[in-house]
Amino acid sequence: MSSNSRTIARRLFSSSFPPVNDIARDSFLDRFALAWACFFRVLFSPQASARVRAVFAQVPSPALAPPPPAPVAVSDSAAIRLLSLLQREGRLIDFLQQDVTSFSDSDVGAAARVVHDGCQRALRTHFAIEPVRTEEEGSRVTVDEGYDADRIRLVGDVRGQPPYTGVLRHGGWRAARIALPQAVGVHDETVVAAAEVEIG
Amino acid sequence: MTRHAVGIDLGTTHCALAVAPLDTDGARPEVFPIPELVARGEIEARPLLPSFLYFAAAGEGSQSLPWDASRTFAVGDFARARGADAPGRVVASAKSWLSHPGVDRRAGLLPLDAADDVRKISPVEASQRYLEHLRDAYDARFGGGAESLAKQDVVVTVPASFDASARELTMEASLAAGFEHVTLFEEPQAAFYAWTDALGERWRKSVRPGDVVLVVDVGGGTTDLSAIAVVEKQGALDLVRVAVGDHILLGGDNMDLSLAHVAREKLEKSGKSLDRWQRASLVHASRLAKERLLGDESLAACPVAVASRGASLLGSTLRTEITREEVTRTLVDGFFPVVEGGVRPVSRPRVGLTQLGLPYASDPAVTRHLASFLTRQAGALAHASGIASGTVGSSKMLHPTAILFNGGVMKARALRDRLVEILGSWLVADGAPAGSLRVLEGADLDVAVARGACAYALARRGRGLRIRGGTARAYYVGIEDAVPAVPGVEPPIHAMCVAPLGMEEGTEASLPPHELGVVVGEACRFRFFGSSVRRQDTAGAMLGEWDEGELEELPAVEVMLPAEGRREGDVVRVHLRSQSTEFGTLLVEAEPTDPIRPDERWRLELNVRARGDG
Repeated sequence: MSSNSRTIARRLFSSSFPPVNDIARDSFLDRFALAWACFFRVLFSPQASARVRAVFAQVPSPALAPPPPAPVAVSDSAAIRLLSLLQREGRLIDFLQQDVTSFSDSDVGAAARVVHDGCQRALRTHFAIEPVRTEEEGSRVTVDEGYDADRIRLVGDVRGQPPYTGVLRHGGWRAARIALPQAVGVHDETVVAAAEVEIG
Repeated sequence: MTRHAVGIDLGTTHCALAVAPLDTDGARPEVFPIPELVARGEIEARPLLPSFLYFAAAGEGSQSLPWDASRTFAVGDFARARGADAPGRVVASAKSWLSHPGVDRRAGLLPLDAADDVRKISPVEASQRYLEHLRDAYDARFGGGAESLAKQDVVVTVPASFDASARELTMEASLAAGFEHVTLFEEPQAAFYAWTDALGERWRKSVRPGDVVLVVDVGGGTTDLSAIAVVEKQGALDLVRVAVGDHILLGGDNMDLSLAHVAREKLEKSGKSLDRWQRASLVHASRLAKERLLGDESLAACPVAVASRGASLLGSTLRTEITREEVTRTLVDGFFPVVEGGVRPVSRPRVGLTQLGLPYASDPAVTRHLASFLTRQAGALAHASGIASGTVGSSKMLHPTAILFNGGVMKARALRDRLVEILGSWLVADGAPAGSLRVLEGADLDVAVARGACAYALARRGRGLRIRGGTARAYYVGIEDAVPAVPGVEPPIHAMCVAPLGMEEGTEASLPPHELGVVVGEACRFRFFGSSVRRQDTAGAMLGEWDEGELEELPAVEVMLPAEGRREGDVVRVHLRSQSTEFGTLLVEAEPTDPIRPDERWRLELNVRARGDG
């Protein structure tokens, strides 16, 4: 996808999503649970995002925040749309639903090309995936005090206080932009791919 | 309220829209993301709207859009995807049909092999629906009513090679889509505007008076050639479009098909057979392989894998590869062969009327079409004012000094390089100094035309330079000589020029001296011709003979004199008068020699089916 259309998509959807920095701090496990529940809702629904913002705006301490809203069909629907996209473009569900053990590597390789080509295109068109840390893997990096535990996971002999120095083992990934297709009209949202019947 | 200048690229395979606010100084065209159905029940905003229309089957329910919950058809990406699934319900290439003189372009024609329950639509209506989709998308974003796209300053592009009737039909589709302020504009000129827009003021330093810029626009379905001369006028740069090529139905789709054919043969040789879907996905996969191989010279081959239709992917996926040698042979040498400068495209004689198919170019060599264009247009500069050029004289072809590429196909560097190399060798062979050809590096070739059209809409409001050029062709009405009829022998014909080549927009041609007789109350038809090379003919010039290929027959024109104040069956003597309108169309009118009312004139209908069509 051209950088031009990326700019457009960013402009189109930027108003719908809160910048990451705006989200209140919380412990990792709490955040994990909350984020898991809210992730798709916040990302895909401007209304949900506005509500979450409102909650944070009214309650200064994250500890006093009301329990997160229970996940509803909206998040499922977005998840299905993502699966549907990966199936449509790259046959991902077909690939994962099949048992690969009985096939030769060349069969798996041929199928993987279809999946890789299509899913890569879908990923590049709908997400801007970028590394969290841009240094080369294997290089020495310093983790400063107040580092973001969402973005950096410390492994190995972790002790004492930051700053830490260590070797970058994996640069991580983050979605700097996401622009999934939006649902329109009323449809059965459990369908990832419709059955196909050839007439005549 | 007119608050935006809008450019619309109404393409054969894609549409795009660019917008610039009128109230902001220095505003530049921005590509507008177009919401479209990308799958059943899923919508996405994309910079390109595929020019495809899908008629949903009865049981499929509505093809909802945010602005229309109940529509039964879809335009865009989903419609294109359905083309492989249900071809009888999908309209494609409407623009090529719109410019096909052999068919009635206002008649229900598409989809070509329509299912029984699909109401066929005309090429004009298909174009109208694409424009309506753009209008609704714009309105959903900026507000309809007084803010609607219909009220904005809209420039819709057409190929430079579109004749007067195809332009007229494009205008008709725009008006039917509700647009109130539409101007038509030629795509290569739009591409040039996009280039000037991308460079900002620097563009004025990138060209100099005496330059002739060749615009090579190879899109999905068509190849369009134009030449724009840079001249000096009162100390400032001025641009004149001096030559326009023929309408060539040859583009990226042909290239993808031929590469897919190579891949298919290899698969079939190894005993595999492909069904319809696999053939369609093979074309798609071949296009991706083409882009990779042409984009990265270090690749020796690119694997191509085509999945079967069923849910099992493993064990049934066909795999082959496309090699660099195959791409070079099929695309670079097949479509851009090294040829001499003097060659003409190979033309197969057509048998009968090509009514049921599009008149695709019979020679796939873009380079031969280019050679033919430059040779035919050798004299293009002779009549352009303000050009002091050494390229006229004894040269056998028009000598471009710069080349500007446009269209998705020309994104491939290997093809651009090939074209530049060949053109350079022709120029040297024809006496031009070596290395006199520069390449103008342009903007994003997919959306340049929409951007450029938008920039032109701004320029029309006094912001920026306008390319002069006027009508791309001279137009002639055929007049049969009064000779005794001989069965089986067509009476000889004269061609009377009604509009000279290069007639500036908003001007009228002087009244030709010759009179014609038309019968009151009867539709009176004339044969109609166009020429993109006869620059010397003025309005009223009467041609008894012309060189082969100089005049091209267009669909007949027709005038109907109503009986108001006259007796039916009477013969009225008229002059034909033409006008190149501000909106980019040609108006031909019949004006009676003895009017019975002031300002009495009747319009000649330009889009009549050729005589003898079924």
